Amino acid sequence: MTISPATSRRAFLAGSAVLAGALVVPLHRALSTAPAQLSANGYLAVLADGKVSLALPKTEMGQGIMTALTMLVAEELGLAPTAIDVSIPEADRARFAPVDTTTGGSTSIRELWKPLRQAAANARMALVDAAARRWKVMPDGLTLADGAVTNPATGQRLAFAALVADAATRVPTDAVPVPPSAWKVIGRDQRRLDSAGKVRGTAPFGIDVQVPGMKIATLAQSPVFGGKLAGHDAAAARAVPGVADVVALDDCLFVTADSLWTAKKGLEAAAPRWNEGANAGLDQAQVDAALTAAVARPGVTAKAEGDLAAARTGAARTVEALYHQPFLAHATMEPGNCTAHVTPQGVEVWTGTQVPSDARAAAARVAGVAEDKVRLHNFLMGGGFGRRLETDMVERAVSLAAKVPYPVKLVWTREEDIQHDMVRPAYADRISASLDAAGNVTAWEHRIAGSAVMARFLGDKFNGVDDDAVDGATAPLYPAKARLVTFKQVESAMPTGWWRGVGGLRNTFVIESFADELALAAGQDPLAWRLARIIDPRARAVLQKAAAEAGWGKALPKGEGLGLAVLHIWDTCLAAVAHVKVDAQRQIAVPQVTVAVDCGPAINPLGVKAQIEGGVIFALSAALYGGVTLDKGRIAQSNYNDVRPLRMNEAPRVITHVMPTDNAPGGMGEPPAAVIAPAVANAIFAATGKRVRQVPLQAGLESA
Amino acid sequence: MPVSLTIDGQQRSLAVADDMPLLWALRDIAGITGVKFGCGAGLCGACSVLVDGERQFACQTPVSAVAGKAVTTIAGLTGQPLGKALAAAWEELDVVQCGYCQPGQIVAAAALLKANPTPDDAAIDEGMSGNICRCGTYNRIRAAIHRAADTIKA
Ligand code: FES
Ligand code: FES
Repeated sequence: MTISPATSRRAFLAGSAVLAGALVVPLHRALSTAPAQLSANGYLAVLADGKVSLALPKTEMGQGIMTALTMLVAEELGLAPTAIDVSIPEADRARFAPVDTTTGGSTSIRELWKPLRQAAANARMALVDAAARRWKVMPDGLTLADGAVTNPATGQRLAFAALVADAATRVPTDAVPVPPSAWKVIGRDQRRLDSAGKVRGTAPFGIDVQVPGMKIATLAQSPVFGGKLAGHDAAAARAVPGVADVVALDDCLFVTADSLWTAKKGLEAAAPRWNEGANAGLDQAQVDAALTAAVARPGVTAKAEGDLAAARTGAARTVEALYHQPFLAHATMEPGNCTAHVTPQGVEVWTGTQVPSDARAAAARVAGVAEDKVRLHNFLMGGGFGRRLETDMVERAVSLAAKVPYPVKLVWTREEDIQHDMVRPAYADRISASLDAAGNVTAWEHRIAGSAVMARFLGDKFNGVDDDAVDGATAPLYPAKARLVTFKQVESAMPTGWWRGVGGLRNTFVIESFADELALAAGQDPLAWRLARIIDPRARAVLQKAAAEAGWGKALPKGEGLGLAVLHIWDTCLAAVAHVKVDAQRQIAVPQVTVAVDCGPAINPLGVKAQIEGGVIFALSAALYGGVTLDKGRIAQSNYNDVRPLRMNEAPRVITHVMPTDNAPGGMGEPPAAVIAPAVANAIFAATGKRVRQVPLQAGLESA
Repeated sequence: MPVSLTIDGQQRSLAVADDMPLLWALRDIAGITGVKFGCGAGLCGACSVLVDGERQFACQTPVSAVAGKAVTTIAGLTGQPLGKALAAAWEELDVVQCGYCQPGQIVAAAALLKANPTPDDAAIDEGMSGNICRCGTYNRIRAAIHRAADTIKA
């Protein structure tokens, strides 16, 4: 595999040469009209030399989608995944339609599973048919391997290169993909295709871009959300050797220089002053109080079934609980950055983004040009987790580049990255359930309050329920005679966005913690209570597997406990058992987490396991220690000391059991993240008898 | 005054302010981008380099402090036997996810193995505690360090 010619240094040079003249038609358009290539669709082709080329229709942020999608193509074309040329393409909405290159919500495999295999199967059939015509035989008996079509009956062999021109004239649309019984690639462990450069430091991330003549910049945005720049000392900044320019916007100050260090010194010398505005008095306590107040009564209905009042009458017992979850920072390892060059001819952008098409549109909007005047080169991302679904980094860079005559790489310091994150919303949930004498749920009411990220995108069309925020809450695994689920939008000055796991993460914490509370109220073991009520056979299977592998029910020393959680969201069923130790000072340790998953065929089991290991540890950091807080209208935290990811000595051993099934493939980015907080909270209860109903759990246990 | 030092075996002279941290001299002035910026505060280890064989956070090391010394970045390290063994172990065990922290992890692992060629889990946890992986690849990093240690011994 080769990674993106578009990300090579040569391409940067070519890119800026292009800017010196008129923008040319992107390379791929020229290619797709070239006669000698077999185009299976806008982004998958067999080239004239027989090489198979895949322009990645989704973005790679570590989740391994480059490898998994390449495997789908390799399966159909009888190739090793390593034999395929994968590139990270420029943003181009039309080229990939109807596929949306936006990457999030654990949707990539679910979206590409059919169309990508279909396209590759079509290409395969075109090649086989071309060989059959050449040999004047029926195509049925021909085989395809190692970049050639072979006739086993005669031993004849034709390489793809010899067939491409012919095959390109007749590409079917309805070829049948390789059936599961014949899979040679899908379902087998495949090592990542992007390791070599990543372990040697040569893999290009957006922050590594070097464009000839560029300067490096950093920025200060108003610490208080909504504040405006009141003044600054541009002369002092320019007096710092190496500083090039000081650019002031209404709500932001940039300094450009020869290095990030110099730009930072320049910014310090400029000492920006701010009109803090209306939010200067806002504290976290006010946000939390507003959330708690909002769940005192039902919000806008997301789901209503059955007669709640009737289902409540005659209940053996009713359980009610209030849960809180904090704002969360993404804190991707690669800080925010974007490089841009604005000239009279157009705009060129280099960045790592989960939303290439939207980022290109945003760049065009900010620069005031048509979208076809913008070229956006996408890169590997040093983590996304939802942060790079936002385009603010691109917008800031283009607004700066529009004011200077050179290309400029805008890099956010870690402090700026955290203090101007678009954080995962804080939430309050009030949940209540009535149980009959056997412990079955009769009535279930779940009220959710928090910022509605969807409202920002939907505008007038927002109907009061954030569909993402209620994902996993409207149809939990536990049947009830009557159910009411409501959402109440509560905004503060804090800008909010999506964070790995989104609604499934926040709802699984509440529902799976609460399921344990119900089991306890019914006097039953948490596993037994669940298995007696969950109907979904896939959810039951992963739950039983994880529990058995973790030794559910075994005796543990004092201060230790097991806790479990299960979900069926993102078309994936996943269960986890956390083993927790709590010491005399109430410090929580999580030595082991056992996970079982049914995500359908598990295209790359090795990658599925990586997502589980990573998702568990990523979300465990937030579950134990996460949360950013508002203090006087600004985020109180600023770096990895107070936004604290787990370190190696704190990370659990993660044991994974992948249970492939022939269900349609499910997502794997988010499910592993979503189970960990409730599994740990339930284990804390098992270890200590204390129910912690708030994240972060460490602080919650200390105050319990 | 330009600062003279050796970077990955090459004599270099960098015309930068004395107090500029090595990280920025390497990335922004010398164009060596395998050394990563994560926190700028000595908290994450993404910027790890070897200075005369010892691991240092390049973001916390003024360039003047390494004048006349030998700096080894991920690029130079992976050309040496130890670095090659580490890179191979990382690839065989499919360690990386986003990959952004990994050059720093490998440099830290090299410093660890230089000091202790046969570390146990506790020694690895201790030696690697200065490095954050936001993607959570710690289980595989630990296994890869054991693997590299075995390769070197063999
Ligand atoms: S960038 Fe130097 S330790 Fe984080
Ligand atoms: S692999 Fe992404 S931060 Fe370590």
